[in-house]
Amino acid sequence: MSPTAVTDTAPEVDVVVVGGGPAGACAALVAARAGLSVVLLERGPFPGSKNMYGGVVYPRILDELIPNWWLEAPVQRWVTRRSTMLLTDTQALTVDFRSEAWGKPPYNGATAYRPDFDHWLAGHAEAAGAQLVTSTTATGLLRDAAGKVVGVRTDRPDGDLTARVVIACDGVNSFLAKEAGLYEHTDASHFTLGVKETLALPKEVIDERFGVRGRDGVDIEIIGATGKVNGGGFLYTNLDTIAVGVVLKLTKLGAQQQRPEQIIATLKQHPAIAPLVQDGELKEYSAHLIPEAGLKMMPKMTTAGMLVAGDAAALCLAAGIWLEGVNFAMASGMYAGEAAVEAVRAGDTSAAGLAGYQRRLSDTFVLKDHRKLRRAPELVLSDRVQHLYPTMVANVAERMFRVDNPNPKPGVRRILAQERKKAGVRRRDLLRDGWTGFRSFG
Amino acid sequence: MSTVNPAEHVAAHPADILAPNAWGGLSFQDRMATAEFRIHHEAHIVVDGSVCEGCSTRECIVACPANLFVPTSDGGLVFNHEQCFECGACYLVCNKEGAISWNYPEGGHGVVFRRT
Repeated sequence: MSPTAVTDTAPEVDVVVVGGGPAGACAALVAARAGLSVVLLERGPFPGSKNMYGGVVYPRILDELIPNWWLEAPVQRWVTRRSTMLLTDTQALTVDFRSEAWGKPPYNGATAYRPDFDHWLAGHAEAAGAQLVTSTTATGLLRDAAGKVVGVRTDRPDGDLTARVVIACDGVNSFLAKEAGLYEHTDASHFTLGVKETLALPKEVIDERFGVRGRDGVDIEIIGATGKVNGGGFLYTNLDTIAVGVVLKLTKLGAQQQRPEQIIATLKQHPAIAPLVQDGELKEYSAHLIPEAGLKMMPKMTTAGMLVAGDAAALCLAAGIWLEGVNFAMASGMYAGEAAVEAVRAGDTSAAGLAGYQRRLSDTFVLKDHRKLRRAPELVLSDRVQHLYPTMVANVAERMFRVDNPNPKPGVRRILAQERKKAGVRRRDLLRDGWTGFRSFG
Repeated sequence: MSTVNPAEHVAAHPADILAPNAWGGLSFQDRMATAEFRIHHEAHIVVDGSVCEGCSTRECIVACPANLFVPTSDGGLVFNHEQCFECGACYLVCNKEGAISWNYPEGGHGVVFRRT
């Protein structure tokens, strides 16, 4: 056995949660509330310090853990306006929805800075009795002679910590899940790279440019914004900053020899985007990986003595019109916490004893959404959706709205057929993609 | 452990020498200076440049959002860990076994994203 083998003395704590992000905070919160002894490890100086995302969180699941969370959560703005924008070099077609309901309790989505939000959420875990240990990196797993996970090794002196259950919420690179053998393989094509610029603008300027007031905010998702590198763009309003960025298929960056910040720069120069971001002063440039492939890349979630949650379990929904991750992290963390409580109380933290986790994931939106949308990530990032359809759709719109007198108006069907051919889209492929889309989103 | 302002700490970024002010008037060095890094003297990522010499794709150079992989005139690669976002893009796109040994920095170090 390796030097990390541990003999059968009593564990120091019931549960050690690795990673103070939304998954880890919820896991620790649930386990600590149930009276278990919990250590929450965070490698950064505070929870959220390593975490970055596009900018929108959907905290509905927190109703179960923190009633009236909206009274205290550190949000920037409530998203009352959602736009999906399709760009070509010279055109833009936007579907824009707004709802007054989303600006009032119980709310829907919010923009928030992750260092604020995650720090707040981990504070609830601490208040419930979990012991937060920051600036501590978990460097590996401890196992007993039978191979069961019985704790983690950290980079502190004498930093071994034994536990009845380890909940790995150690993020998209999850070296703990890999060490436990829960990922069969790692495929670079399953990841996207998110890069973001946070740009400072006065609140009044943001309100005016984006047509919102007070704490109301805007979420714009953009397709066709990333040139030859498959991906998507986003533009979100915070209180006195805006977040503009792109999500890029990792394996396409090298192939196209395009650097991430160049792609953001091109997006910012687009005629539909430039007036929105103009004069914004760069406050922070940041980057993070996203597990993009959904069900296709997910690891085994459970092994003897250990559960995996959040990005570490690839629980991120990248399905074009739905881009969610923090809610999946919070929910999976919560269910992992519940399953750990069950197992510790029953005195069985084997894989079978921890089976309540997989059951909860399967019975709830966490895996139901992923099963339903299992084909969506690939469709959204496919070459046709990325490079052919935006041109086709924008040209159809342009011809429908162009007054071409003295020519009479052409029928929509004819425009569609002509633009499909001009864009080089085969009818067969269009039908197939339409069917895949319908099965996913319908 | 120390908090270093990279703008004062780092000489001109290689990306700026290659393409000065290429992106909206903001140098790459200024871009990186907006993020906070608590630099540890020990590199958490080590690149074995000799392995890279035989690599024809070198996707790390393009994919690294912090632009930390810089080709040298003799066909090698130099890497500086100090302004690393700890994202993982480099080891994922790397197709040379053993070229990049990737770890997280020691607890409390590395990138610290901003609170309001």
